[in-house]
Amino acid sequence: MARIGARPSTQRGRSLDQGGESVDIKAASKSYGAVRALDDVTLNVAPREFVSLLGPSGSGKTTLLGILGGFVQPSSGSIHFGGRDVTFLPPHKRDIGVVFQNYALFPHMTVGENVAFPLRARRIAKADWAARVRAALAMVGLSGYEARGIAQLSGGQRQRVALARAMIFEPRLILMDEPLSALDKQLREAMQIELRELHKRIGATIIYVTHDQREALTMSDRVAILKDGRLVQIDRPERLHDYPADSFVASFIGEASLLPVRRVDASSVALGSAVLKSARAIPNGEALMLAVHSEKLLIADGVADAALNRLTGKVTDIVYQGESLRVFLQLADGTCLSLRQPSHYQASRLLPPVGGELTVTLHPEDTIVVPKAQEKA
Amino acid sequence: MSSPVQDLSVLHQRREQRLMLALALPALLVILLLVVLPVGWLAWQSVYHNGFTLENYRRIWSEDIYWRSFALTFEISLLVTLLALLLGYPIAYAASVAPKRWGIIILALVVLPFWTSVLVRAYAWLALLQRTGVINQLLLQLGVIDEPLALVHNTFGTVVATLHILLPFMVLPLYATMQQIPRDLMQAGASLGAGPMLTFWRIFLPLSLPGVLAGCTLVFVLTLGFYITPELLGGGRTIMISMLVSRNVELYDQWGAASAVGVVLLVAVGAIFFAVSRFIPLDRVLGQK
Repeated sequence: MARIGARPSTQRGRSLDQGGESVDIKAASKSYGAVRALDDVTLNVAPREFVSLLGPSGSGKTTLLGILGGFVQPSSGSIHFGGRDVTFLPPHKRDIGVVFQNYALFPHMTVGENVAFPLRARRIAKADWAARVRAALAMVGLSGYEARGIAQLSGGQRQRVALARAMIFEPRLILMDEPLSALDKQLREAMQIELRELHKRIGATIIYVTHDQREALTMSDRVAILKDGRLVQIDRPERLHDYPADSFVASFIGEASLLPVRRVDASSVALGSAVLKSARAIPNGEALMLAVHSEKLLIADGVADAALNRLTGKVTDIVYQGESLRVFLQLADGTCLSLRQPSHYQASRLLPPVGGELTVTLHPEDTIVVPKAQEKA
Repeated sequence: MSSPVQDLSVLHQRREQRLMLALALPALLVILLLVVLPVGWLAWQSVYHNGFTLENYRRIWSEDIYWRSFALTFEISLLVTLLALLLGYPIAYAASVAPKRWGIIILALVVLPFWTSVLVRAYAWLALLQRTGVINQLLLQLGVIDEPLALVHNTFGTVVATLHILLPFMVLPLYATMQQIPRDLMQAGASLGAGPMLTFWRIFLPLSLPGVLAGCTLVFVLTLGFYITPELLGGGRTIMISMLVSRNVELYDQWGAASAVGVVLLVAVGAIFFAVSRFIPLDRVLGQK
């Protein structure tokens, strides 16, 4: 039986900083018929932590968020908020803020009525509404918007209203389901920084679903990578990038060329006929992949440093992308990989024209060898 | 300040408008032939009989039977509309929240009676409700009552049968509106702390109002002009406006009088909707985005 904890008091201070709630997901699974949408996921989130659930569509991240919100019942496993078992608690008793993908603002209410809705639901005296709505709207930079209709707002403003509505009752946990996906790139990036700062100010625990790795890396303390309903890896952004658990994570985070390699010994692998040294422990096993991040390949400057791995190939294409150039290289054995060069004079001087030969170096510290991810049976 | 480009775009716009007008022409023609002309002829009939006369209207104004019939018609229409809303709303709600397949089954059950003629359904109700009918027989045998209840040939029978026939006109617009309400909004309501009751009253119900308005309008207007069912189940005692019209034409050959009743009904309905639209902020109910 679930121990259903008492609903925490909603009459707390006015500071909006209520601290966060820890979240423990214990062996949660969800099946729809024969489809296993979520497969034995265990995940612990510390109070005040910002954790992103990252994965391609169908990876189970939305199902997991639904389970946390109480909209989806897990087939097995349990969910705990701050130590309380909430697995069987209906959504309206969980006291968590949810920001939906398309904002889910109530179209028949004004901005002020939308933001005040959680106060109405909690039977808070009407006399207190105005001040709290004002504070919540100020928090998201929409002071004075109380009387506006939802239809009059731009996408970014709707996003902010949804945030204010999810924060006004000072929840200790906020769930966000791709809240920025409908915004254009510039606004999205500005909002990412804003959300980061907002998180620091209110101190709530935030669990954020996204399929955009950059967004996840920008905002999160830790990122959980999901694939086919399973948790593949959860770690800090820089750890995910530099120490991926397998080739799936390596392909999902950053811009990497994944090349099949053979294990030679504990510190080197063979890529075709070339032997590459690695400063990291090479995992055991047959199916290994070399993850070459495109920013870690440097153009060899003629100084022969024996410690560096060297790869020589033919330039097949150079793509100009504004702040950087992406150079496609084909090695002698036909293997293709790409490198990225900042677009400055120095780099373009070193680059041969398309068809020319180029030697690049890869530091053993950057030589990442990962086990090949298993394909879903 | 007109540039050649602007001139061209204006020209293009006009040509498009003309094209649209041409496309709408057949429909406009049909409306003119089948709606505007007959109604105009009706209005003309009501005031012209061997010269201009308001005699028909004077009689409606002064004779009691017309007043009572108008009052009864509006009373029954209101009652049927209200009952249809009370019965139809839960049906439409169930159909809209049920899993897709169940929703379709519920709707099919609602629409099924449409495939039977109104006349057949009226007689079916007669068989059910009359003194020797199924319901009275059953109640008598069970000993619930000592003598048959007067279930038909009165206002009760008229309302029951009319309600049955017009219920789909309430359920379908309600269902159409309810289906448009994003489920996200209910989830959002719940996540913000609102229980099922508050979510329904503050979110679902207000968003379903356009459907309520459409359904009520349809049922109300259709009941106002209902003829066969009240004729068969009213038993000559529940005389609705449509029956007065028919009697004027068939018994007394008074086309002028019948037309005048029709015109008064038309004007009355127009006036009611005008008044309603002044009191209910229709644009807020219908135009929400």
